[in-house]
Amino acid sequence: MPILPPRWRIFLITLGIIALPIVIGLVWILLTALFDRVHGLIPQAGLGRENWRFLWQGSLSGRPTIWVALLNSLLFSATVALIEVLVSAMAAYAIARMRFPLRRAYLGFALMLHAFPAISLIIAIFFILRLLGLFDTLIGVILVKASLELPLGIWLMKGFFDNLSWEMEMAALVDGASRWTVFWRIALPLVRPGILALGTFALLSAWGEFILPFTLIVSGRSWTLALYLQSFTSEAFVDFGLMAAVGLFYALPVILFFLLGQRYLLNIYSGGVKG
Amino acid sequence: MRGVTVRLEGLVKHFGKVQALKTLDLEMKPGEMVAFLGPSGCGKTTTLLLIAGIYRATAGEIHFDDKRIDHLHPRDRDVGMVFQSYALYPHLNLFENIAFPLRLKRRPNREIREKVEQTAELLGITEQLHRRPAMVSGGQQQRAALARALVKEPQLLLLDEPLSNLDALIRLSARGEIRRLQQELGITSILVTHDQAEALAMSNRVTVFSVGEVQQFATPAELYARPANTFVAGFVGFPPMNLLEGSFNGDFQAGELKIAVPEGHPGGPGFLGIRPEDVRLDGEVPAQVLLVEPLGKDALLTFEARGALLKALVPQEGHPAPGETLTIGFPRERIHLFDSQGKRLPN
Repeated sequence: MPILPPRWRIFLITLGIIALPIVIGLVWILLTALFDRVHGLIPQAGLGRENWRFLWQGSLSGRPTIWVALLNSLLFSATVALIEVLVSAMAAYAIARMRFPLRRAYLGFALMLHAFPAISLIIAIFFILRLLGLFDTLIGVILVKASLELPLGIWLMKGFFDNLSWEMEMAALVDGASRWTVFWRIALPLVRPGILALGTFALLSAWGEFILPFTLIVSGRSWTLALYLQSFTSEAFVDFGLMAAVGLFYALPVILFFLLGQRYLLNIYSGGVKG
Repeated sequence: MRGVTVRLEGLVKHFGKVQALKTLDLEMKPGEMVAFLGPSGCGKTTTLLLIAGIYRATAGEIHFDDKRIDHLHPRDRDVGMVFQSYALYPHLNLFENIAFPLRLKRRPNREIREKVEQTAELLGITEQLHRRPAMVSGGQQQRAALARALVKEPQLLLLDEPLSNLDALIRLSARGEIRRLQQELGITSILVTHDQAEALAMSNRVTVFSVGEVQQFATPAELYARPANTFVAGFVGFPPMNLLEGSFNGDFQAGELKIAVPEGHPGGPGFLGIRPEDVRLDGEVPAQVLLVEPLGKDALLTFEARGALLKALVPQEGHPAPGETLTIGFPRERIHLFDSQGKRLPN
């Protein structure tokens, strides 16, 4: 371990102080979930599994089981990420490579949509879903979430496609490829870092999404984990131990995801992935 | 492989309001190598991409043999092309790069392997086939690009500045190699280049382009001996031809300088050209040496002769020194005359 210069030490201490509330929160959630009774940060009873009863007791007072919520969350995140990556890549390729009327207007509009606080549209979205019969369905929320994230995805992917050599695509056309083949077999493999980055963003963003499912889903069978967790706050007696355990359970996949893919993710976030 | 006859008829290309290519008529013989020579932005690459089918012509027709092909998708034109940047696919190794055109045609694997290996051997890159483009040298990338263009046995080969990204040394050997290969295969080819040495050395005929227009289409020897206008006269040949602006009245008069010219010109304003290698040092016009540039075998002299600046190429041995005054001459049979529009006058 190299010795840091004093300036760095001050910097790190400052960062540590800023991070302290979050660290305390994490310690609290860990202790509260693992011990049967905790006062502040001090356990009052031994380690227990009472807080984790949602895992094997099935339905808790009329809720769906955690497994239904988990499945819904997985389905929701995966589908949103898939739609977002696929549609963004195709739209971005068209914008980067083809000339069509209103192309610039479209780009500007997408940027504006990205900056727009989407939540202010929630009433309109509610009515549209009602009209389409997609209210209170997972598919409905998936479509809404994916479309709200598309502007960012399109802009991100456009940047990647803009960096590809046009000569290379011309070469593929002369070699006998159609535009479609050029897209799938030449352009898409070369923007793999972009696809992985966008896919990761989409996955994480959808996994943590709360307000859209909260507004657009009512029935327990379509609950995601966020809704499952939230449901415990509306009880007369709030069981903090149980909530902490559910919270940990909810965060676990994300933590695993980062632990396993850390090196790769860091690469993506620093934008330095080489094909 | 067979070469095809290429015929371009009234080819025009506009990009919005920009006229990239004015009107182009051209006919190429089967198996012939034609160079498109010109400065950058003159329309030569545009023409190549029109022939390849990447761009659609604004007007005009393209024929291969008796078949009109300008409405066809690039894949149906049976053309191989080498790009200036080579445009290899960075995520595929050289084998898959070369195999790509055949894979698109859904040829059986055995045939693909055979043809790729055969083409790679022809170009001497067999050892590099398993490597990705970034892992091989520039010269090998260039050969791989050439192999990819040739592997589908096209009827026309298009080369867009194929040598400009190579080191000077490799460039010279690659020049000869491409030419030898092209003649061996008998494939009709177009070479786009801004390097006149390349164009003259590699092709049967040269098309000189300037600002979207063909200036002259002729053999290298003809371009040199009888440039069609002042642009070609100044562009082809190195060091460039001396061009004097003046007027004809019996003789040619540029300022104080008077030069005797062959008869039969119409008179009035015009240009006179003479190549530096044709200026003689035993004439009757007094001239002072301003500058001597040794070029190895020869030396390039810059003279001032009655207010006009002229260059002459003389043997390095015993060349005059700066400041010396000589009498120079302009042999009549070596003089090129152009009218006021820059068009060549018959002589």
